[in-house]
Amino acid sequence: MNRRADIKQLQAPLLDASDRQLIKATQAGLPRVARPYHAIGEQLGIGGEEVMQRLQRMLDCGIVRRIGAVPNHYALGYQANGMSVWNVPDEHIAELGRKIGALAFVSHAYHRPRHLPEWPYNLFAMVHGKDRAEVDAKVRQIAALLGESDHGHTVLFSTRILKKTGLRLS
Amino acid sequence: MNNIDQRLLNDYQHGFPLSAAPYADIAHELGITEDEVLTRLQALKASGAISRIGAVVRPNTIGVSTLAAIQAPTEELERIAAIVSAFPEVNHNYEREHAINLWFVITARNALHRAQVLTNIAAQTGYAVHSFPLERDFHIDLGFELKWT
Repeated sequence: MNRRADIKQLQAPLLDASDRQLIKATQAGLPRVARPYHAIGEQLGIGGEEVMQRLQRMLDCGIVRRIGAVPNHYALGYQANGMSVWNVPDEHIAELGRKIGALAFVSHAYHRPRHLPEWPYNLFAMVHGKDRAEVDAKVRQIAALLGESDHGHTVLFSTRILKKTGLRLS
Repeated sequence: MNNIDQRLLNDYQHGFPLSAAPYADIAHELGITEDEVLTRLQALKASGAISRIGAVVRPNTIGVSTLAAIQAPTEELERIAAIVSAFPEVNHNYEREHAINLWFVITARNALHRAQVLTNIAAQTGYAVHSFPLERDFHIDLGFELKWT
C-alpha cells in the first residue's frame, strides 16, 4: 500500500449502513446483467452512480481490496494447498512479512501469535501448487529468502476441505 | 480452457471495471460481444473455475475473525469436525497434516461474540481450541496468477 493510501486509510470514516449493505450485496457476486451496479443499487434503494462511487471510495481506502473474478484454486487444478508456518524473530517480522507477502505465489501472509511450547510459528504464508512437489519448491524459495531469520518452519498440507463458504455477515 | 477464458480469469481478478456497463467494457477489450462475456462467465461459474465476481474485502473490516485449531485424535476427528462446521460463524474448515489437525476460520460480529464462539466450540467438542488472531496482514492482494501449460 502506498503512502497516500495509508493516509487515506487513517482518515477514512467508518462504514455507514449503505456501505455495509453494499459489501454484503457484492460479496455474493455481481449480477451478470448489462448494468450490474445499477441492479445492486436498485436492491439497496440507491442509484447506480452512488454504488460505483461508494465502491471506489472503499477501494481507495483499502476496505475493498479488489473487485474482480475470485478463482477457485481447486477447480483450476491447484490441488495442493500448503499452509507454511515460520518462526522468525519478532523484531524483524514486519520487514520479513512484507518480503514474503510480495511473492506472487503466496496468497495470504499473516503475522499470528505463537502458542508456546507446541506452536513456535509466528508467520503464516499460504502457498498453492498443482502438486506437493510444487508447493515444496516454493517453500524452499521462502526459506532461501528468509535465510538465517528462519528459526524453524513446517508445511501443513490440507487433506480435506470440510467446509468452505463465503463470508457471512449478520 | 481457451485463451479468452484464461484472459477472463487472469486479467479481471483485479481492476474489474467500475463503470456503468462493465461487461461491455470487458467485451470491447477482448474483442468479443457482451453476450459472449456473460455466457463465458456463467460457464466459468457453473464449472466452479470461479467462485464469484465480486468485492474482496480486507479482513476484520466487517466483523472480527480468527484462525482457530484443534488437536483432534484421528478417531474423534469426524465428530469434532462436524460440530465445528455446524457453527454458522465458521466459514472455512480444513483437515491438515499436523498434530494440530483441524483448522478453521471464525468470523463473528465483534470480539465478545468471537470469544463466545471459541468457548462454545471448546465446550461442545470437549477439546481445547487454539486461536491465532491476525496481528498483521502483509499480503498485497493483486489476485492470483494462474499459469496454463
